[in-house]
Amino acid sequence: MDDRQKRVLIARRIAQELADGDVVNLGIGLPTLVGGFIPDGVNVTLQSENGFVGLGPHPAPGEEDDDLVNAGGQPVTILPGGAFFDSADSFAIIRGGHVDVTVLGALEVDARGNLASWMIPGKMVPGMGGAMDLVVGARRVIVGTTHLTKKGEPKLLKKCRLPLTAVEVVDLVVTEMAVIAVEQGTMTLLEKNPNYSVDAIRAATDAHLELSLELRDMDLAGLM
Amino acid sequence: MPKIMSQKEVIAQVQEGSTVMIGGFMTCGTPVNLVRELASRGLHHLTVICNDTGLQGDGIGMLITADAVKRLIASHIGTNPETGKKMIEGKIQVELVPQGTLAERIRCAGAGLGGFLTPTGVGTVVADGKQEMEIDGRRYLLEKALHADVALIKAWKADRKGNLLYRKSARNFNPLMAMAAQTVIVEAEEIVEVGELDPDAVMTPGIFVDFLTKGVSVDG
Repeated sequence: MDDRQKRVLIARRIAQELADGDVVNLGIGLPTLVGGFIPDGVNVTLQSENGFVGLGPHPAPGEEDDDLVNAGGQPVTILPGGAFFDSADSFAIIRGGHVDVTVLGALEVDARGNLASWMIPGKMVPGMGGAMDLVVGARRVIVGTTHLTKKGEPKLLKKCRLPLTAVEVVDLVVTEMAVIAVEQGTMTLLEKNPNYSVDAIRAATDAHLELSLELRDMDLAGLM
Repeated sequence: MPKIMSQKEVIAQVQEGSTVMIGGFMTCGTPVNLVRELASRGLHHLTVICNDTGLQGDGIGMLITADAVKRLIASHIGTNPETGKKMIEGKIQVELVPQGTLAERIRCAGAGLGGFLTPTGVGTVVADGKQEMEIDGRRYLLEKALHADVALIKAWKADRKGNLLYRKSARNFNPLMAMAAQTVIVEAEEIVEVGELDPDAVMTPGIFVDFLTKGVSVDG
């Protein structure tokens, strides 16, 4: 699988987790792609932490508005029925449990659901932005990431090593290899990419992986 | 009534060593004309409170390029590599604050509150040195109010009494900062007569505003 196929597989699978009526915050990068795969008949409201709900697609060329950007600073649109608010209200929505699902990337996730996503000491210190509030406040936290780092090391660990974004917050991890539930200190393999054996997935995972009694294959239709 | 003056005149309100709040999110809703004037002042010891430092040389990034900032309190500096470089070189002292905590600390200052309790940051480096409390079985950090000497605000429309409207996602931190500083300077795209703004639509009441200056249209 090339990188694009991996990203599509992960984003498309995460989109299946969203339910009609959900308020959803999608992080920058891969999580943003999820918006393009939401199934027909499922209407979700996208929240943008810089201050609105009703986030719409990128505008047509020439129709960009400097006063309307997403949390990555990219020009976007607002859908009919959307609403703007200030940053305090935006994070009241987030911390107050009014966001049903937040989707974000990760550097590391561990079996307790701890998440490291915001800094590598000495290398990358961009700041946490809204991530710490989002994962603490959202009702459900879904991590979308490649299974391994660029160096080929596991991202799903027994215990996170990098500075944490938050403690015991991750509910579900979706990678190009697997869909993994994180619950009460245990990672459970719910679905696997049929191109990988359970042993291969376990070998790529530092944390212990339980197998779901209903272990299924991820849907690769249209990807390969 | 706020005084209406040019950006060049009004920026004298900021002095060496001042703590300055600046509205905006990645340059959207940043009063860029005020920031440009401030960057040209030759100051080097400002404390700046803002969400992010914009882009390299753009928005609040102009202050970073001008070496105007000694201390920075922000949620994100990743979009401006110059800030990270100067942080590593020890030229800028950076305090990174979760975005929701930053917003609420500013809101507290404007609302006369000493601080607030948030679950954000518990169990992370953000909790270092902070008081923790358990309330009804959940752990919280005590985060204190964040005040400033001067706030630089970007509005879409202002009337001569200083009542403000913001436009779309350019609102972000602006209404919070307009309440949290001793002196509030607003760069408005348009200044209209008293009575032209619907009181039901006003987002920041004019009582908070000390100075008005007319900006160029959208982030010009």
